[in-house]
Amino acid sequence: MPRPRTTRILRALALLAAALISLPAWANPEHPVPWQLNLTRGASGLSHDVWDLHMAVFWVCVGIGVVVYGALVFALFKFRKSKGAQPDTRLTHHTVLEVVWTTIPVLILIGLAYPASRLLVYENDTNGSQLTVKVTGIQWMWRYDYISYLGRPVDKVGFVSKLAEDSNVARQEDGGVSPWSVVSKHGVHDYLLDVTHPLVVPTHTKIQFLITAADVIHGFWVPALGWQADAIPGQIHDAWGKFDKPGTYRGQCAQLCGQDHAYMPIVIKAVPRAEFQQWLADQQSRTRIDRIARTAQVGAAAVPQG
Amino acid sequence: MSTHAATHDDAHHDDAPKGFVHRWLFATNHKDIGTMYLVFALVMFFVGGSMAMVIRAELFEPGLQLVQPYFFNELTTLHGLVMIFGAIMPALVGLANWQIPLMIGAPDMALPRMNNLSFWLLPFAFLLMLSTLFLPGGAVAGGWVMYPPLVLQSGESLAFTIFAIHLMGISSIMGSINIIATILNLRAPGVDLLKMPLFVWSWLITAFLLIAIMPVLAGAVTMLLTDKYFGTNFFNAAGGGDVLLYEHIFWFFGHPEVYVMILPAFGVISEVIPTFARKPLFGYKPMVYAIASIAFLSFIVWAHHMFTVGLPVGAQLFFMYATMLIAVPTGVKVFNWVATMWKGSITFETPMLFAVSFVILFTIGGFSGLMLGLVPADYQYHNSYFVVAHFHYVLVTGAAFGIMTGVYYWLPKWTGHMYSEKLGKWHFWLSVISVNVLFFPQHFLGLAGMPRRIPDYNVAFADWNMVSSIGGFVFGATQLLFVANIIYTVYFAKARAPARVWEGARGLEWELPSPPPHHSYSTPPEIRPGMLAHEDAH
Ligand code: HEM
Ligand SMILES: [Cu+2]
Ligand SMILES: [Cu+2]
Repeated sequence: MPRPRTTRILRALALLAAALISLPAWANPEHPVPWQLNLTRGASGLSHDVWDLHMAVFWVCVGIGVVVYGALVFALFKFRKSKGAQPDTRLTHHTVLEVVWTTIPVLILIGLAYPASRLLVYENDTNGSQLTVKVTGIQWMWRYDYISYLGRPVDKVGFVSKLAEDSNVARQEDGGVSPWSVVSKHGVHDYLLDVTHPLVVPTHTKIQFLITAADVIHGFWVPALGWQADAIPGQIHDAWGKFDKPGTYRGQCAQLCGQDHAYMPIVIKAVPRAEFQQWLADQQSRTRIDRIARTAQVGAAAVPQG
Repeated sequence: MSTHAATHDDAHHDDAPKGFVHRWLFATNHKDIGTMYLVFALVMFFVGGSMAMVIRAELFEPGLQLVQPYFFNELTTLHGLVMIFGAIMPALVGLANWQIPLMIGAPDMALPRMNNLSFWLLPFAFLLMLSTLFLPGGAVAGGWVMYPPLVLQSGESLAFTIFAIHLMGISSIMGSINIIATILNLRAPGVDLLKMPLFVWSWLITAFLLIAIMPVLAGAVTMLLTDKYFGTNFFNAAGGGDVLLYEHIFWFFGHPEVYVMILPAFGVISEVIPTFARKPLFGYKPMVYAIASIAFLSFIVWAHHMFTVGLPVGAQLFFMYATMLIAVPTGVKVFNWVATMWKGSITFETPMLFAVSFVILFTIGGFSGLMLGLVPADYQYHNSYFVVAHFHYVLVTGAAFGIMTGVYYWLPKWTGHMYSEKLGKWHFWLSVISVNVLFFPQHFLGLAGMPRRIPDYNVAFADWNMVSSIGGFVFGATQLLFVANIIYTVYFAKARAPARVWEGARGLEWELPSPPPHHSYSTPPEIRPGMLAHEDAH
């Protein structure tokens, strides 16, 4: 009598767990959501592959867990002294069983290692990138420099990206501003996930990131890209990513970098290619105007001194 | 020596030295030193635990409420160092000191005076390290891994901390030499290596690991010291040095170090489960080989802590495969524990409850370890709360639960009194529930994108953080029951413990009265059939 009910409850629980865990809608690729349980699938084929690997190894663990915990719980109920269980003290060895439970894990691991290796090689191949951006971690901000786009060098486009002002006000102790009150114009609660100048990139473009640091180690992590990369002084770490949809993708410095480690978010704004083209052209002409202005100034300043 | 023993009267021999200074400061008895290690570890568990309570209180909700970000970093750094070097490791050494001589039929540890020194270095090391909280500029705030260049930005506390680490390292090395010397030289005739209890095996292998890695850590931190004070550039890129060199050296120490903390706990569990299943350990020899291969593999997986630094793809592949390989012997251990319970006759006294929860919860840490081992996935998990969840499952519900298992299991033997089973069960159930409320949601936080080591966070992370903090407070408070139970057992308990405290217990320590005499075996015990747990082991 109790058996059908327990199986029904168990099945319901398993279904619920499966539904909760596999709901990709529960994660938004652009930013975290309340009560989020799982990794975002991210914004490109690359990050989808990472998500698939993550889910594959997760389900493998669930499967092994069901077998091992199942056996354990069974033993705990079945072989109790209080139920009159007599110990079988000769059961201390079973060669076949031991060979089986050593080889099956090896096979499972090979099954996981194969896709993981392929993905790893793919992920580390930055060939064929169309946009190259240099990312520099600095205590406590990021600097972005555009190096080249579609094979042509970019003329001095670069800027520093810091924690946005409203977050900065709200983060002060006893500042009287609630973190909950910090909201973007699209209604996203972006406390500590908003910056003064987002990194602007085109969609549908293989972007190469050259990541380094000026002072201490930082960590460049935007979950939608599908990876993070340490930013290390004296090293250039190259990695690539892509965005299939326009959006504002948020991440944070992942590597402890001192006092304000929690306050150097990363925001990448992916826009359609045409819009990016326009933005880049604007930036370049602004640099040129800046440069002309500066040379004029330097020239003017030089005269009285000379 | 033998004439001396013969002429000495036995009752006098059994007397512990009188007077506090004589008994404790000049202690050379393995039981007294073991007790001091365990008490010290318990104190440090609460020191590190209080720091964790402040951390969880700050993280209870978004916004800064209690501490400044820099102080928060000091707390996470010291929490890690205190728990690893002050709580887990000394507790395991304490268990070793108490148990190894009893379990192999030795009169004491092989090098009693060195044993005294290994212990007494520790309080000074930790006074030194904790005193840095009060130095101008505060304690070291670069995380327990102390990566340069960040850690070099600390004030003078760095020098104090490094000196403290040197002291701990010396203490560990001397402790390990002692353990190896004891196990290899002082076994009673008949206690062959492959008949030793698994706890002894696990410590033998752990001691070799420690001797191999502590000097490596010492080298790494000394290079930090010279970089800061003597103008060297080991880790300074601008001076031709290499930041990654530090990470490589540190994790060459660091990964085996995590096994130093878990292997002796494996040993404890392998003693306790057979006792309460009333059945010999399943697969004794495979268990020994599994420990040995885990120890070997632990030397060739260090770069799995550095998958995101940009190593060559070939290196990443190698370290991924080696890391995945560790899951095989780890799995074998879990399967053997389950098989030991299979067809047993199980009862659930407190040590067994902790042991069973160890098997279940440590395995969760093993699963997340396997996930972290897959490099492309680790690119997402690294430095997030997912890693925090992983290592707390293996270290709290693994190492710490293993230690609590051992304490409940052997406390009646050590004191001659039974602990309170009722209090023990309360301690267990509250701990096992709260620890999961505390750490399981941290998997979700990490996957949702919350980095570790931050004092403040986006409001989307608020809910699970609050759940986790509530679990943390309950877990912290629950540990007071542990202390209460120990105090009760030592000072108040009436029920006397028999020599064989547990019906199913096998092994030399259960042949001695409870508590055992101050000097356990003046002459080596004569091994009779049935006395050893693994006499016909395969
Ligand atoms: C199946 C066995 C295990 C595997 C495959 C495994 C794998 C890993 C990996 C890949 C990492 C690096 C994660 C990252 O930083 O991105 C890691 C971190 C860690 N593991 Fe494990 N692990 C295992 C068991 C253990 C055990 C038994 C312990 C200790 C008792 C342990 C303690 C730690 C600690 C302390 C860290 C974090 C260190 C830090 O960054 O501060 N692990 N583990
Ligand atoms: Cu940072
Ligand atoms: Cu490791």
